[in-house]
Amino acid sequence: MAATMTRVVARGDAYIPPESERKLSLAFIAVGFAHLLVGVLLGLLQGLEHAGIDLYAYVPLIRHYYQGLSIHGVFNVLVFTTCFIGGFLMFVVGRGLERPLETAGLAWATFWLMAVGIVMVDYTLFTNQASVLFTSYAPLQAHPLYYLGLALVVVGTWLMLVITLRTTLAWRRENPGKKLPLIAFAANATLIMWTLASVGIAIEFVGFLIPWSLGWLPGVDPLLTRTLFWLTGHPIVYFWLLPAYISWYFMLPKQAGGKLFSESLARLAFLLFIPLSLPVGFHHQYLDPGVSEGYKAIHAFLTFAVFMPSAMTAFTVLASLEIGGRARGGKGLLGWVTRLPWNDPAVAAQLLAMVLFALGGVSGLINASYNMNLVVHNTLFVPGHFHLTVGSAVALTFMGVSYWLVPYLSGKKLFSPGLAKWQPWLWFVGMLIMSRGMSWMGILGAPRRTALGSAPYFMADWTMPAWMTAIGGLCLTISGIFFFITLFGTLLSKEKATEPQQVPLAEPVEDNGDKLPGWLDRFTPWVTATVIIVLITYGPSIVRMAGEYTVFPGLRPY
Amino acid sequence: MHIDRYERMWITLAGVLLIVFAVMLGFSSAVLGVRLPGLSDQLLPTTAAGPHDINQGWVRELAPGRYEVNMRARVWNFNPTEIRVPVGSTVTFYIHSEDIIHGFKIQDTTVSMMIIPGQVAKATYTFTKPGEYLFVCHEYCGAGHHFMSGRVIVEAL
Ligand code: HEM
Ligand SMILES: [Cu+2]
Ligand SMILES: [Cu+2]
Repeated sequence: MAATMTRVVARGDAYIPPESERKLSLAFIAVGFAHLLVGVLLGLLQGLEHAGIDLYAYVPLIRHYYQGLSIHGVFNVLVFTTCFIGGFLMFVVGRGLERPLETAGLAWATFWLMAVGIVMVDYTLFTNQASVLFTSYAPLQAHPLYYLGLALVVVGTWLMLVITLRTTLAWRRENPGKKLPLIAFAANATLIMWTLASVGIAIEFVGFLIPWSLGWLPGVDPLLTRTLFWLTGHPIVYFWLLPAYISWYFMLPKQAGGKLFSESLARLAFLLFIPLSLPVGFHHQYLDPGVSEGYKAIHAFLTFAVFMPSAMTAFTVLASLEIGGRARGGKGLLGWVTRLPWNDPAVAAQLLAMVLFALGGVSGLINASYNMNLVVHNTLFVPGHFHLTVGSAVALTFMGVSYWLVPYLSGKKLFSPGLAKWQPWLWFVGMLIMSRGMSWMGILGAPRRTALGSAPYFMADWTMPAWMTAIGGLCLTISGIFFFITLFGTLLSKEKATEPQQVPLAEPVEDNGDKLPGWLDRFTPWVTATVIIVLITYGPSIVRMAGEYTVFPGLRPY
Repeated sequence: MHIDRYERMWITLAGVLLIVFAVMLGFSSAVLGVRLPGLSDQLLPTTAAGPHDINQGWVRELAPGRYEVNMRARVWNFNPTEIRVPVGSTVTFYIHSEDIIHGFKIQDTTVSMMIIPGQVAKATYTFTKPGEYLFVCHEYCGAGHHFMSGRVIVEAL
């Protein structure tokens, strides 16, 4: 079987990662999507609950809204994202550098380490011992295995950076003087940014939450631990987003018949995310007492700054797609849009993800403006925003990528292309409705993370948007089911691909190989800048909080 | 490094827009007086039950039309849960939590803040219209979170 697999893939493509690496990526992707499946089903329950239809009594294991919501949040944005990204980036590094990973053995060890961590997290969540929501704010306390499991997942991502750096250094030795191939460069940037970002949560978990949940510490400081969480909690969204950008910049244009419009700006955007992603976490704490207003303002301005590389991305990606649309015969100002290969689900999913992301960007600017944040903070406006970003730009893009990547890695034929065609459109429509419902309800003052269907204060004017949330959620769930049938059908089917699959890699418009300035091919200056900026923007606040350290014992009111 | 003309224009435009947003944000703080919770008084657990018995919620009139509310949050209630003030009153809320993180949001006002154990959250608001203002806990605080609410009743003169 292994031999045929290699052969089918081999035709028509230059370098194919060894079978063990392909299987590794598939394993990560399968674990990730299995969790998203559970998450999506619970999402439907949440939407229905808001419309007054409480189905929790009929679902095994799930005792109440908040247990379900904890699973929804942790599975969707911690487990699914990290697993898919792991599988994707390990593949991207090997394929980009056209050499085996250093080493596949270490990569498998990473997978198993993370799998153990995930099982611990699953167990505590399903037994209602960790219904603390994905933010895990102390002194709300979970079972120690929950914190330990998440810590193992983070350690796994660090090992991914080790593998990536070792492979990259080996490549540099073998190819002296050459610039890093684009996708490998971007994978490096992503993991470097994330590893710097994860220091906050690592200190929070290892230094405070784990020993505290084990009973070794009498209590922890709620403000300090929460601040450490958000030091990681904002940049984590770029850890989800950058892999989607890798596809949008370097793969999607090829699928659309285009070329990468600007290589240097693409590199610059990835590099800018390293220093700019981190010093913005206080925008999640605008309404926290005990954080100074001055630093909140600084973080607000830097939040606008981190919008810049995304604005650059919008231009370059659209221009790259336009080249494709015109090459396919598109004319006029917007005629090229209609000529893009919309009937390819891999393409349609990502294009629609971009449209939703544009809306998400706008609502993000609203959240970031602290004056408007006063109105929308912790209301349903916020999930209305991030279902457009992580729930669409990221999740729908990962689904789109899977439509070609999973057949490529497995050598199998896509199981149900008919369902796959409908899936992105259903997601798009469902998300427009649900996110509109949530945002509207949020502006009317409905709090998020609340079992509103059982809340005694449910207001009459929330009814209409609550139904939009439920109906949009239903549409999304159907879309999700179409996707999972296609994905798991492909993985389980015995039918081999008849046509060879290729990795879509867009070439830059002009290969300005030697003209590329050196600082666009190196990471050290950017890492140094990041450390300095974080020390300035966070240092004084953290030192002060540590000085005012106050302990509160844990509580498990769920 | 070559940058396309249109791309340069786009980047400039995006940059200018963001600067405009930032200036407007600064304007809202400096001129319109939008305030966020800032550095707060520390509340040490030992003083919590101290001489003032801070855990007892109270509403008191400091001067005509100026009120101070001391509020305590815990799973799953606020104390006091009902506050009556005459219309036109300026009310300053001091809220602390006894156990875990809670939230405090008064509907149809700009009062919204996190209640973090160890910190005293403070907000001031002038109620210019009579009526009942619902306030809710808007941070998850356990299985009964959705029951945690109360009312400010602003009475017509
Ligand atoms: C069928 C699709 C989905 C539906 C119907 C759905 C529904 C919901 C609803 C109604 C909430 C609001 C809960 C509340 O604040 O009370 C929620 C929260 C959330 N959703 Fe989704 N969702 C879906 C897909 C996704 C996806 C794909 C992601 C991310 C990859 C995601 C991430 C989240 C997160 C992080 C939260 C917040 C959890 C928290 O507050 O702790 N959801 N979802
Ligand atoms: Cu953020
Ligand atoms: Cu609450």
